[in-house]
Amino acid sequence: MDPVATPYFFYGLSAVAVLSAVGVIMRRNPVHSAIALIFTLLSLAGLYLMLYAPFVAGVQIILYVGGIVVLFLFVIMLINIERMQREYQFNKQWLVGLLAAAALGALFVAVYVKGQSIFPQHAVRFPEQLNTQQVGKMLYVDYLLPFEIASLLLLVAIVGAVVMAKKRI
Amino acid sequence: MEITTLHYLVVASALFIIGTIGVLTRRNVIIILMSIELILNAVNLNLVAFSRLYGLQGQVFSIFVITDAAAEAAVGLGILIAFFRNKETINADEIDLLKF
Repeated sequence: MDPVATPYFFYGLSAVAVLSAVGVIMRRNPVHSAIALIFTLLSLAGLYLMLYAPFVAGVQIILYVGGIVVLFLFVIMLINIERMQREYQFNKQWLVGLLAAAALGALFVAVYVKGQSIFPQHAVRFPEQLNTQQVGKMLYVDYLLPFEIASLLLLVAIVGAVVMAKKRI
Repeated sequence: MEITTLHYLVVASALFIIGTIGVLTRRNVIIILMSIELILNAVNLNLVAFSRLYGLQGQVFSIFVITDAAAEAAVGLGILIAFFRNKETINADEIDLLKF
């Protein structure tokens, strides 16, 4: 089925994503930042759906919004943010930071404008209903070793987080 | 008007730059970790946008990136809790135990 009104959805979702990303780094209260991060992640999941990647969109919502942001909110609950909010929120290198970010942005624009001609012009149409199946097949057949390494990485992260957060070992 | 890959790349680079500004200028370590998540999401959007053109490898790799982000957030927040227990602050400027 062909999608309808693609530009409107694209510009709406992109505007929500970028504006809430600005909210993430500008807010004084970390809880507000976490809520803005949720909006960014959800609109990115919408963009993944527009790119015919429903499995990645589902993983994004379940893992990021349901897992990582909730972890952030728990940690914000554990620490005392009352004192933090009365202090300066930005460090003294903000000018250098802005200059570095502007240089990076100019580099991106240059690369994208120059490199646009080497992209294939027409997108491949994958069958939508097979996306999850194909991703799973590729994950378990072609990328089995990276998959196992990722499980090892998660094990190390669990042990590391417990050791770090424990009062005494 | 058709939405091309370049549109997605522009959105991803905007997110990447916003995340970079957050990492470089904020003092709150929690916000710095959230900015790192923004950067990883920008990379994911690039990968998925290119997977539309070249095949499904980009989507598989973006799942690995999400796994990495989860591991990084867990360990980073664990370090943050340990630091807050010792010094009662989470300002990045005051994490200077190794500096003299």
